[in-house]
Amino acid sequence: MSKPITVWDLPRDELLAPGHRMCQGCGAAIAFRHILKAAGKDTIVVMPTCCGEITSTVYPDNAWRVPWIHVAFENAAAVASGIRAGIEVLKRKGVIPKDRQINVVAIGGDGGTFDIGLQALSGTLERGDDVLYICYDNEAYMNTGIQRSGSTPMGAWTTTTPVGKIWRGEWRPKKRKDLVAIAIAHNVPYAATANPAFPLDLYAKVKKALSIRGPKLIHVLSPCVPGWRIEPDKSVAVGKLAVLTGMWINYEYENGVYRVTTPVPKRKPVREYLRLQGRFRHLSEEEIKKIQQLVDAEVERINKLIGKEVIGPVEG
Amino acid sequence: MGKVVPLGGNYAVAYAVKACDVDVMTAYPISPQTTIVERLSEFVANGELDAEFLHVESEHTALSVAIGAAAVGARAYSATCSQGLALMNELLYIMSAMRLPMVLTIVNRALSAPINIWNDHSDFMSVQDAGWVMMMSASNQEAYDEVIIGYRIAEDPRVLLPVITSMDGYIQSHVVEPVEVESDEDVLSFAPKRRTWYVLDPDKPVAMGSVGDPNYYYEFKRQQWEAMKEARQVFDEVVVDFAKKFGRRYSAIETYMLDDAEVAIVGMGSFMGTIKAYVDRARKEGIKVGALRVKLYRPFPADDVAKALSNVKLVGVMDRALVPGSPTGGHLHSDVIAAIKQRGLDVRTIGFIAGLGGRLLTMDNVKQMVSALIKYKDARELPKEPIFIGVRE
Repeated sequence: MSKPITVWDLPRDELLAPGHRMCQGCGAAIAFRHILKAAGKDTIVVMPTCCGEITSTVYPDNAWRVPWIHVAFENAAAVASGIRAGIEVLKRKGVIPKDRQINVVAIGGDGGTFDIGLQALSGTLERGDDVLYICYDNEAYMNTGIQRSGSTPMGAWTTTTPVGKIWRGEWRPKKRKDLVAIAIAHNVPYAATANPAFPLDLYAKVKKALSIRGPKLIHVLSPCVPGWRIEPDKSVAVGKLAVLTGMWINYEYENGVYRVTTPVPKRKPVREYLRLQGRFRHLSEEEIKKIQQLVDAEVERINKLIGKEVIGPVEG
Repeated sequence: MGKVVPLGGNYAVAYAVKACDVDVMTAYPISPQTTIVERLSEFVANGELDAEFLHVESEHTALSVAIGAAAVGARAYSATCSQGLALMNELLYIMSAMRLPMVLTIVNRALSAPINIWNDHSDFMSVQDAGWVMMMSASNQEAYDEVIIGYRIAEDPRVLLPVITSMDGYIQSHVVEPVEVESDEDVLSFAPKRRTWYVLDPDKPVAMGSVGDPNYYYEFKRQQWEAMKEARQVFDEVVVDFAKKFGRRYSAIETYMLDDAEVAIVGMGSFMGTIKAYVDRARKEGIKVGALRVKLYRPFPADDVAKALSNVKLVGVMDRALVPGSPTGGHLHSDVIAAIKQRGLDVRTIGFIAGLGGRLLTMDNVKQMVSALIKYKDARELPKEPIFIGVRE
């Protein structure tokens, strides 16, 4: 294995300009910054309609120091495929120099990926288009004001899964759909999860993904200050706790082999992750226990995939 | 001189797309469009055309791919109809406002429900507001030529708008006519690839598709209006050049026996051929009837239409799509009235709805229309509703 990277290895270039309108403490902003550091300036970014889109490119302002395009909500993967196709054919025809390396990276939210954009994403992955698709997952439709998405975790309050006499937040009584598994089911060469609280891990994964030809997917947890009801200075702490409790597992899949990139020998109870966030404030002990059971099951599944215990038991 | 080949409209269009050296092609199967992309696939499969052919999972993705390809400066093409066009609808508006050029062929077909694969103009007319330059052909030769003319207009730096070309489903798409197929060299010299628009390039980064807040959105829209006005001018220039190069002369409208006509039928598409044939017959009987075919639908050639109809007593406008609840029931009829009234002309109109969902149109149907025009030409009161031709009441 190569030497692990440190912050000193990260490029100093800031391709995400300051002055964008993302919230203080926005997990997505941290993610974008490190994605761009890894991808570099020879990158075309495609964004569907999402928080990051509307806050970074309000005409005539633009926070992206790379070519950037937004078209609609459900088609970032498709637009990225068109860009890649255009680049490839224009290289063949001598319009773009043949040796020019250009990364095509689509970055979309969970609504634009899990829900409305899943069909287009499936097309891109299925065709094998040379595109890196990154989902920054803040676990609800935050852009429109915190509505439930196909990625909202069990029990979470949102404005469309409110806590009332009958409803108790997100009602789905099981693990949400597994985006990485969906990508892998399309026979992609590389898929991973990442988390801006672990920026070096995120950086390394984007680098690795872009070194591989074909469709790649990275699913990034994106703590959301207003949507998760957390303090602006807690988004990194919450992101870390997500990993330390096993709510989120940083792993990657490369050509049939799974690897956990942030092993957790002893897990903290999920309560520690949940209690920092207002969206889980209403949960009863019984409900927290159910979430703990879901996490335990997922940890067991991942450990089985790896073939050894990389995520340990909850510390007593 | 090109080579005359017997071709169905769809194959004719595929030859034109090939000759234009399209870079990225993408489409989803839908009748009656499918044989366009079948033939294009064969061109790519045989190495006759160097293009990226993307097999997409929907028309929505087809147009998204085309937008992405155009955004990096590639010449993009797609074809669709009916429900496929309806699924593209959102992106039609976006692409024209992003000022990205391409050519999209619509093989006119009815919209569901009931589901119906046959010809009318419901799909074409449903996208009249989307900001695309729109043409409708009446022969397979014209369908072929529209693609070539389309790229010249779309990529003209004064225009930079996507272009819809169209033909009638089955009536043209699957019926063989002699088509003069020009050499690839001649077509490319007429419609050279100039990459006249802003593209996504890491050496010169730009952002496309930004948020346009109330301070800016309106100005973007205003520019689209200007671009469409330019397109009207550019169309006239391009068809003159086309006639010089290939000897076939088109114009925004085609008039037939209008000079001394008392009554006239205005319409679009392939059925205008039958109408012209009926005009010949009626003229022999002394009926002063003429016809006007609108080829360029957006930008609407209002001056030309109004001028051509200025001496006609009563105009019957035939729509092959129905707008339930609208004042006229038909898109074209409303446009023709607007063109006439804005110019202060005293030309009266009635509306016909005809041939929906592939209902067969015949000489008898034209006779019905002409009879209605004669009946009402001196009448004080005109029907306020469209006259439905060939329907079982």
